[in-house]
Amino acid sequence: MKPEELHEMLRKAQETKGYFFNKDMERVMDLMAALLLNKERYGYMCCPCRLSSGNREKDKDIICPCLYRTPDVEEYGSCYCNLYVSYEWNEDKIPHKYVPERRPAEKKFL
Amino acid sequence: MSQQEKVRLYTLSTCSHCKATKKFLDECKVEYSFTDVDLIQGEEREAILEDVRKFNPQCTFPTIIIGDKVIIGFREDEIRKALKL
Repeated sequence: MKPEELHEMLRKAQETKGYFFNKDMERVMDLMAALLLNKERYGYMCCPCRLSSGNREKDKDIICPCLYRTPDVEEYGSCYCNLYVSYEWNEDKIPHKYVPERRPAEKKFL
Repeated sequence: MSQQEKVRLYTLSTCSHCKATKKFLDECKVEYSFTDVDLIQGEEREAILEDVRKFNPQCTFPTIIIGDKVIIGFREDEIRKALKL
């Protein structure tokens, strides 16, 4: 699959849920390529901004879209990677704060 | 021009914030060394993660070390301040 194809597939599925891709297309396509690379590496689309353990069960909370996307978009208007954002974030109607890591440290690299 | 503080990055090769950090430093012509931790496996990775935890117990990326300052994430203002840019 090409990054453009993944983008189109996800866009259709996610926009209806209220999650939009960042308007910075260069960044988005870079993240699409990273997701495809991770799929090749690990067998699942692990979050590109977090270190994968290589174990699907241990990484299940950070398989994109991650478990933290909903609270992060609610609180900051963006997911941790700035991949999925709210309409308001894309329209610059809310400040673009740096999204802190919400994943508990004890879950990392078990 | 004053001597530049030593800049060390712990990054992931796939991470958007890590790439943005490297791009920013390149554009500012700041020299730095980096380790893409996702490209390292096994015991070597464990040893590097131990180092990262000393600077950033949450072990997130990028972890940016500028002199004796630790900056977690691509926070351009903090990087500029630390490097007096």
